[in-house]
Amino acid sequence: MAKISLATIWLDGCSGCHMSFLDMDERFLDLAGQVDILFSPLVDNKVFPDHVDVTLVEGAVSNDSDKKNIAIIRQQSTIVVAFGDCAITANVPGMRNRYPVEAVLQRAYIENAAPPQQRSNGQPSKEGISFHTVPQLARMARPIHECIPVDFFLPGCPPPPRAILYLLTEILAGRTPQMHGWTRFGA
Amino acid sequence: MKQHPPKKVRSDLNPSRLLTFKIDDRDVTAHEDETILSVARQNNIIIPTLCHLDGLSERGACRLCIVEVRGSTKLLPACVTFPRQDMEIITNSKRVINYRKKILELLFTERNHVCSVCVANGHCELQNLAVELGVDHVRYPYLYPRHDVDASHSRFCIDHNRCVLCLRCVRVCDEIEGAHTWDIMGRGMTSKVITDLNQPWGTSETCTGCGKCVQVCPTGALTEKGKSVAEMSKRRQFLPYLQMMRGRQGGSWQK
Repeated sequence: MAKISLATIWLDGCSGCHMSFLDMDERFLDLAGQVDILFSPLVDNKVFPDHVDVTLVEGAVSNDSDKKNIAIIRQQSTIVVAFGDCAITANVPGMRNRYPVEAVLQRAYIENAAPPQQRSNGQPSKEGISFHTVPQLARMARPIHECIPVDFFLPGCPPPPRAILYLLTEILAGRTPQMHGWTRFGA
Repeated sequence: MKQHPPKKVRSDLNPSRLLTFKIDDRDVTAHEDETILSVARQNNIIIPTLCHLDGLSERGACRLCIVEVRGSTKLLPACVTFPRQDMEIITNSKRVINYRKKILELLFTERNHVCSVCVANGHCELQNLAVELGVDHVRYPYLYPRHDVDASHSRFCIDHNRCVLCLRCVRVCDEIEGAHTWDIMGRGMTSKVITDLNQPWGTSETCTGCGKCVQVCPTGALTEKGKSVAEMSKRRQFLPYLQMMRGRQGGSWQK
């Protein structure tokens, strides 16, 4: 069986799907002999490679960096897998979609931040949040298949390790994975 | 909302007719007052449902039980359609299955169903239907509408984000409990279930606090307070029994 090149990426998600991927335990060692992991939070490569056979995408598309990355992923991967509920439904990151971005940031970084006396300048910020160094949040977190065509969907929060293994085994064998019954939304 | 059924006709003077027809190429027999859904179930033919619940009147709200009838271009909901002699019904054609999937996907887009953090995760009929029908993603854009949570009742909570408008709560409250606290306002997908005159549940004067609405709710929309993620399983064994007992008393609840 020829080795396939694999990439995994984590957009707006919690890394839980990647944890589940590692949770394959000793089966991970068998898999390691059959795939080359070219790009992943698990390996030390900063640039998405020119060509990958399979890319697992965890997380929703939620800011301008995600939007740029998801286009690159589609262009440079043969098979794109929506990996977990955030990639498929926007899931928890999508819970902010009901509120304007400003209100979300206000709530997360100002109202719920440490009380004023514990902050260095002692004053809550009046000018709001600056986006000079971090990607600009999009109005809504969206599922990845609303941005690019997706080949396979692996629901679950997170998808169970055996479902991930089954999907990769089927792809390695050149078959089309039939995910029915292996996992569900919310898992 | 509900039309009370007309007084039952005496069956000894007007015996109901027996009909023979076909479901999925199988010959079946039924009384004329039995729905296609009921006959299919008696014959172990599975038709998915969401708003239907044994012990409550039929509503035909969710449309998941649609079936094809040979000779008709329309798809008909099996829960409120009665068979005719020699009818040929198909419950599992590609067309029907495709429409059922679309209906389910649209239900997911119309509210904010976040299974992973829902109290009913693992006990939810909507979630189970997605597995049953093989829905692994939704092809329509999610709407992410803004809906409220009403936690004003001392023991129960309603989260409109998870409501599928099946109206089981409205029916059980009216038909079994007899309080008719729940009703519905608005039109189409902007409809909303309400208590009394669209007031906080905790201020309802008619609610007896019996909790039947919570138990019949197919999703995590109606829940008991104090339940965390995946802890809200529903208990509805009481329903056919209660319906039978109410029927025995006679009066307007008699079926």
